[in-house]
Amino acid sequence: MIWLLEPLRHDFMVRALLVSALVGGVCGLLSCFMTLKGWALMGDAVSHAVMPGVVLAYALGLPFALGAFAFGVGSVALIGFVKQKSRVKEDTVIGLVFTGFFAAGLVLVSKVRSTVDLTHILFGNVLGIAASEIQQTLVICAVVVALLLLLRRDLLLFCFDPTHARSIGIPTGLLHYLLLTALSLAAVAGLQSVGVILVVAMLVTPGATAYLLTDNFDVMTVLAVASSVLSSLAGVLVSYWTDSSTAGCIVLVQTGLFLLTFLLAPRYGILKSHRSRAS
Amino acid sequence: MNRIEASGLCVDYNGVVALHDASLRLPAGCICGLVGMNGAGKSTLFKALTGFLRPSRGQIRVNGLTVARAQREQALAYVPQSEEIDAAFPVSVWDVVMMGRYGHMNPLRIPGRADRAAVRGALERVNLLDLRHRPIGALSGGQRKRTFLARALAQGATVLLLDEPFNGVDVPTERLMADLLLQLRRQGHTVLISSHDLGQVRNLCDRVVLINRTVLAYGTTSEVFTEANLALTFGGGGSGAASLSGPAPSSEESAP
Repeated sequence: MIWLLEPLRHDFMVRALLVSALVGGVCGLLSCFMTLKGWALMGDAVSHAVMPGVVLAYALGLPFALGAFAFGVGSVALIGFVKQKSRVKEDTVIGLVFTGFFAAGLVLVSKVRSTVDLTHILFGNVLGIAASEIQQTLVICAVVVALLLLLRRDLLLFCFDPTHARSIGIPTGLLHYLLLTALSLAAVAGLQSVGVILVVAMLVTPGATAYLLTDNFDVMTVLAVASSVLSSLAGVLVSYWTDSSTAGCIVLVQTGLFLLTFLLAPRYGILKSHRSRAS
Repeated sequence: MNRIEASGLCVDYNGVVALHDASLRLPAGCICGLVGMNGAGKSTLFKALTGFLRPSRGQIRVNGLTVARAQREQALAYVPQSEEIDAAFPVSVWDVVMMGRYGHMNPLRIPGRADRAAVRGALERVNLLDLRHRPIGALSGGQRKRTFLARALAQGATVLLLDEPFNGVDVPTERLMADLLLQLRRQGHTVLISSHDLGQVRNLCDRVVLINRTVLAYGTTSEVFTEANLALTFGGGGSGAASLSGPAPSSEESAP
C-alpha cells in the first residue's frame, strides 16, 4: 500500500490525482462520440487551435477557458468556411488552419513569456495546478458532462444517421455546434493534465478501447470513462514513482490499455480472430 | 390531398445545379418509383424532401405542410441505402427502431409504454422481433434493411422515402418488403422508392417519376414507362441505353 499512501501525503499529489481523474473521465465520455463520429482529426485540430486563446486570456487576465473556447469554435468555423469557399479538401484545410492557429499561439507565448510557461501549455502541469485553475476545470467538466448526458441519445443519432435525425425535426446543425463546443471545452480541460500535444489521446484512445469491447453504446461509455479515469490515476502514480513526465505516463497507460484490448478483446481482439480462423 | 407536392424546385449543391425546376405531385396511397441515372438528382430530391438540403427556389409541401412542420409532425420517414449505414456502430436492432420514436418522446428521449409498443409492433411486421437484441453489425444485409424499414413504421410516418431498397437484399426480404409496401399503400401511405431496377419498379410501383437534373415525366407507370421516356432519362437516345426488363446501366448514385 506504500506505493499509494506515500504520494497521498503530498497535497499537490492529491490535487493532481483528483483533477486528472476528473478530466480523464470527462474526456473519456466525449471520446465515445469522437470515435463514432470520426472526429479524431477534428479533436487534434481544436486542441491545438485553442492555444492562442489560452495565451491571450492569460495575458488579459481572463479565465483561460473563455479564450480557449473562442479560438476552438473559431477555428472550426474557419475550417468550415475555407472548405466551403475553396476547392481544397477538408483534411488539408484542417491541417492548414490548426497549424496556423498553433503557430500564432507560439509567437504570442514568446511575447508574453513572463505570465505563461510554454511547457505547461504544451505538456500540461497537473502537479502544479493552481486553485483558480481547478475551479475553472470543475465548471468546464460540469458543463461538458451535463451537455453529453442530457443530449446523449440525440448526439448518438446525430453520429449514426444525421439524415434521419434531420427528417424527424432534430436540429442537426445545433447538435454539430454543441458537440464542437463540448470538444473545445474538453480540450481545455485535457490541456490541464496532459497539455496541447497529447490531449488528442484523451479524446480518442478511451473511446477506441471501449469500442473494441462492446456493441452496446451505454456499456461503451462506461468502459471508456472507466479506462480513462484508471489511466489518469495510474499515470500520475507511475510518474511520481519513476520521476518522469506526467502527461507521458498518463497517455502511455492509455495506449497500453488499448494495445491489450486490441490483442485480447473477447470478440474484436486480433488474437480472437486468429483463433476463430484457425478452428 | 397530395402527400408530396413540389413545384419549380431548384437545388444547388456547392455551386452546381443538382436539380432545376422540378415539379411533381403524389397523391395519398401510392407507391412511386424514382428513376434516373447516377447523379441525376435522386439523392438530392430526397435530401430536399427530408429538409437536409434547402432548395434555392421553388416549394415543397408534405401532407400540405412545409418541410419543417412535416418534420415536427413526424410525417416523413427516410430509409437509407445500405452503403450509408455504418454497420459497425454499437447499436442493436431495438435501439435503431427506437430512434424512429425520438420525435414522439420528451427531450431526454426516455421511451414510454406507447414507444415500446410501437417498436415491438414494427419489429413484428418485419419479422425481426426475435433478433431485437442483436447488434446491427451481426445482421445480414436484408435483415439490416428490414430494421430501417421497421424504424420508419415505428415512426408512424405517412410518407416514406426509400433509397435503393432492393440493393443487396435477399429474396425473402424482397418479398416481405413488397408485401409491406402494398399494405402501406392500402392504408393511404405514400411511398417514394429510388431504384435503378426498372423491372422491380414496373412490378411494384403504380406511379413513376423520371428524373435527369429535372423531372422529365411523372404519372402512372403505364403512361410514363415508354421507351422514348426512358431513352430521355438515361440519355442514350438509342435502343441499347435502357430496356424495360433489365436494370439500367448505372447502379449507384454518387450525387450529394
